[in-house]
Amino acid sequence: MNRTAYDSVKTARGNDRPTGLDYIKEIFSEFFELHGDRRFADDPAVVGGIARLSGRPVTVIAIEKGHTVKERAARFFGAPGPEGYRKALRLMKQAEKFGRPVICFVDTSGAYCGVGAEERGQGQAIAENLMTMMGLSVPVIAVLIGEGGSGGALALAVADRVWMLENAIYSVISPEGCASILWKDAGKAGEAAACLKLTAQDAKAFGFAEEIISEEQLGQQPFYAELRRKLAEETEILLNTPDLKEKRYERFRAFGRSSL
Amino acid sequence: MVPMIYVSWKAGERMPILNFRRRPQNELERGGRSRARVDQTDPETTCPNCHRSMPVSSVWANKNVCPGCGHHYRTGARQRIRFLADEGSFQEMFSDIVSEDPLKFPGYTRKLAVVGAASNENEAVVCGTAAIGGQKCCLFVMEPQFMMGSMGAAVGERITRLFEYAAEGGLPVVGFTVSGGARMQEGLFSLMQMAKTSGAVLRHSEKGLLYLTVLTSPTTGGVTASFAMEGDIILAEPGATIGFAGARVVEQTTRKPLPKGFQTAESMLEHGFVDAIVPRNRQRKVIAGILRLHTGGVK
Ligand SMILES: [Zn+2]
Repeated sequence: MNRTAYDSVKTARGNDRPTGLDYIKEIFSEFFELHGDRRFADDPAVVGGIARLSGRPVTVIAIEKGHTVKERAARFFGAPGPEGYRKALRLMKQAEKFGRPVICFVDTSGAYCGVGAEERGQGQAIAENLMTMMGLSVPVIAVLIGEGGSGGALALAVADRVWMLENAIYSVISPEGCASILWKDAGKAGEAAACLKLTAQDAKAFGFAEEIISEEQLGQQPFYAELRRKLAEETEILLNTPDLKEKRYERFRAFGRSSL
Repeated sequence: MVPMIYVSWKAGERMPILNFRRRPQNELERGGRSRARVDQTDPETTCPNCHRSMPVSSVWANKNVCPGCGHHYRTGARQRIRFLADEGSFQEMFSDIVSEDPLKFPGYTRKLAVVGAASNENEAVVCGTAAIGGQKCCLFVMEPQFMMGSMGAAVGERITRLFEYAAEGGLPVVGFTVSGGARMQEGLFSLMQMAKTSGAVLRHSEKGLLYLTVLTSPTTGGVTASFAMEGDIILAEPGATIGFAGARVVEQTTRKPLPKGFQTAESMLEHGFVDAIVPRNRQRKVIAGILRLHTGGVK
């Protein structure tokens, strides 16, 4: 294994990787998409709805990047605005009402960066998701399938279980951003990526992720079948876990505590 | 040592100029000094907003607000506590919780040492209990001189413990934010503090307790996207920069000039994300009043 952290970054950003909608189509049945945040708009960067996971009704939410250039532009390159986070929030509250587990597929370089997104409260939208997800009474599983870009990814990943694909990344800042702050040179992103410890293997070693999903058969039927089986199994376990909310709090409460 | 002042920070503007309110280093500095010394430590400052020149002491006497135009200078945590808390009421907590270097990030340990010495603080937030106008509360105030109030694991842990303590003791929390966001050098340990602190805010909130935030300049990034925006009541200082993405990043991404007043406290008020803009010289009174209005409820 001579792959560098930056190799994972490049792989995670690859255009030919399965996107959120591929996972929804291949893993779930009877998916019915629900649109809009009931506040302002429907954000195409976030897809959500109800579906069955091995027979059980669940709420599924995915950040969608699109495959083609045209799709990518239409999906804002998978960068959710406040409306995307608020749509997710609405669907999660709905899931709680109906006792449905929530499955999130996370793949974003970060929350959308723009004047309108700022004016409509990008920060507030993310903050509200963090706080609400901490209190959800239903199980939440987040699968990082590509890029886990900072707060924009965390806003859909305050979960009981966080899984990462083998080449997915999870980072507080993009390696390019880190390199330009640190060395005034975005070209040193490779070095920054190594410093940031952003690979799935690092995340698992530090306890930020519970599982790493093998990419050996990525995008093929056995890959989706295995992920379906694992999600169904874990959902069942979480549904039978008492004090889920307390355990979720403790999961995050522990980060940065042991060393202090 | 030449005292320094912080002038307001806006995108593209230079940050530190003079910090005239560093904490006293020794008895001599703490005690009364001769006239000559006062002159030496009372240089002229030029307001970055109205460009008037005035002695530093006149700004200081006005709670770090320009007496000419009302420009709010950036202010350290200890000084804010002096402006706000009843005299002698502040009792610091969790000051033994300090940053480690979990990723062994290049240069971070050294940076912490340098910043610690320069700011005379050991982390980017000061927490404790205080009385404001006789109202007891938990108080946290972020420190701009410590890595621009960035949030690493120690900041997250201190704030989380403060909320847990407040929830346990049935106390309201008052928090002053100033932050460039999550602290890059601690990687995901920093990012996770957003979720951790949000969980602590929620637990405190579920007990029916008040959480009031005052957003000061700048409040951005991961702090905006977590506990800064989770207050029951959100106040802001006049002219404060408040946002998620940095203004310069937005400008570079959109390749368009930013609208006038973008990411200011005033625009946040207009768009419905803060409850009120409260100048520094009224904060103590306003906060005490709000705290009083939250006592004696039915819950
Ligand atoms: Zn002025």
